[in-house]
Amino acid sequence: MGVGIEVTNLNAWYGANHTLQDINLPIPANHATALIGPSGCGKSTFVRCLNRMHETNPIAKVTGSVRIGETDIYADASPVEVRRRVGMVFQRPNPFPTMSIYDNVASGLKLNGFSNRRALDEIVERSLKHAALWDEVKDDLKKKSGASLSGGQQQRMCIARALAVDPEVLLMDEPASALDPVSTSKIEDLIFQLKSQYTIVIVTHNMQQAARVAEKTGFFLNGRMVEFDSTHKIFTNPSDKRTEDYITGRFG
Amino acid sequence: MRARIQENRTRNSIRAFTDHLATALAILATVLVVAPLIVIFVYLLYKGASSLNVAFFTQIPKPEGETGGGMANAIVGSGMLLAIASLLGIPIGIGGGIYLAEFGRGTRLANAIRFTADVLNGVPSIVMGIAAYSLVVVPMHHYSALAGGVALGIMMIPTVTRTTEEMLLMVPHSIREAALGLGVPNWRSVLSITLKTASPGVITGCMLAFARVAGETAPLLFTALGNQFWSVNLNREIAALPLQIYIYAQSPYDDQHRLAWAGALVLIVLIVLAVSLVRYVASRGILKGAS
Repeated sequence: MGVGIEVTNLNAWYGANHTLQDINLPIPANHATALIGPSGCGKSTFVRCLNRMHETNPIAKVTGSVRIGETDIYADASPVEVRRRVGMVFQRPNPFPTMSIYDNVASGLKLNGFSNRRALDEIVERSLKHAALWDEVKDDLKKKSGASLSGGQQQRMCIARALAVDPEVLLMDEPASALDPVSTSKIEDLIFQLKSQYTIVIVTHNMQQAARVAEKTGFFLNGRMVEFDSTHKIFTNPSDKRTEDYITGRFG
Repeated sequence: MRARIQENRTRNSIRAFTDHLATALAILATVLVVAPLIVIFVYLLYKGASSLNVAFFTQIPKPEGETGGGMANAIVGSGMLLAIASLLGIPIGIGGGIYLAEFGRGTRLANAIRFTADVLNGVPSIVMGIAAYSLVVVPMHHYSALAGGVALGIMMIPTVTRTTEEMLLMVPHSIREAALGLGVPNWRSVLSITLKTASPGVITGCMLAFARVAGETAPLLFTALGNQFWSVNLNREIAALPLQIYIYAQSPYDDQHRLAWAGALVLIVLIVLAVSLVRYVASRGILKGAS
C-alpha cells in the first residue's frame, strides 16, 4: 500500500543555483499528485529529492525534511533504502540494453541478491500485468532484449521494473513526454489503475494529462511552489494569478 | 523558366560528380588501410607456408647446423607468457578504468592516474623489459617466464585502462540512473550494469592490448630470455615465438630463415585466432545474458 509524503521546508541547490526554495507540501497516500510548471521551474528536481536521486550529482545539495510514511528519508535512511521504497520512472524509457525483458523487470531484485526463481517468475508476471504489458511480451520474455521493444512498450517495461521491487511510492518524471498519443493514453490508464495501490507523483508538461490522472496538482514557478490544491480547483478556479496565467497559456 | 531548368541540371551534375569523387576517395582510403595487412599476410604465406609441417608444431629447435626441428616450445611459451600477462594486465587495467570513469571522476588522483597511463603507453617496450628485469629478474637471481609475463602485463595495463574508461563513459547516464533508482548500491550498479553494458568495447580494448604485446620481442630479451629446450617452469627461462623468430632471422642458415618466416606466420595466425575466439565466446555470452 502507498504511504503519504510530508515535505517540510525543502531547499535544493545545483552548485550556486538555488533550484528549490522552501517547498512545503503534503502528498496524500494512494492518490496521484501532478506537478506542473514551465521548464526549469524545479519540478523535476523536486521529485528527485523524494528518492534522494538529486544528491547523485556531486554539486547538488539539499536541506529540509521529507517524511515518507514514518521515515524521515534524509535523517533515518540510506539513499539505497529510500530508493527501494520509492520507485522512479524517467522521462525517456531507459531499459538495460544487455538484458532480456524478463531480466529487465527482475533486475531490481536480482541485483539486490534475490534469487528465488519461482518467486521471481511470479513477480515478473505480476509486475508486467500491472504495467499492462504482459499480453504483448509473455511469449518472448527471455528471448527478446528489452531494448527491442517499441518506445511505449519500453516505458511500460520500465514501470514494471519499478513495480517489481514493491515500492510504496512511484515517482514519474514526464513518463509520457517521449511517447506517441496511443502509448501516452496507455500510460495514463495505467496511472489511473496503479494509484489505488501506490502513492503516485507525476511531473508533466501536459496540463490535460494532469487533469485526467491526478486528484491533486501543484504549480511550480522559479523554484517555488505557487499553489497546491485539488486538480479541479487549480484548473477551474486557481487562487493565485500566476497559476491562472500559466494554465490559460499566457506563458510557459 | 527553361534557363532555370538548365541551371538546375548543371548544378545537379556537379553535385553528382562531387558525390562520386568523395565515394571514390573513401574507397581508395579503405584500400590503402587494408592493403598493407594483406600484403604482409600474403608475403608471410609465400615465405613461411612451405616450412610449415607437423614437426614445426611438435618438435623443439634442432641444435645449430642441423636442419628441421620446430617451435613447439616457443608456441607453448608464448601462450604461457601471454596468459601471465593477461592475468596481470587485464584485471588491473579494467579496475583502473572503472576507477577513472566511475569513482574518481574529476579528482586529482584520477587525473594523475590518467596522465601516468598515457605516459606508460608511450614508454618504449625495451624500457619495460629493463623495468621487469630490475623488479623481477634481479631479486629472483635468474631469468624467468614470470618476469617476461610481468613485463608484457605492465605493457597491457595502460591500453586496457584507457579503453575501459572511454567505454564506460559512453554508457548513457540514464542507464546508471535506472539502476540507482531501483535501490541498487552504486558499486553493484557499476559492475553489473555499467561495465556489462560497456563490455563489448572493454573486450575489444583487452584484445588490442593482448595482440599488441603478443608480438613484442624487446621486453622479453632480458626477462624470459628464450630457451632452446622444453620448459613450462614459471621460474625458468622460457621460449617465445617472437624471440625464436628474432634468433632464427639472425642465424647464418637458410633453413632457420625459413623457420623464422614460418614462425612469423604462425604468430600472426595464432593472434587472429585468439582474438576471434574471445570475441566469439564473448558475443555468445552477452547474447546469453540477454536471453
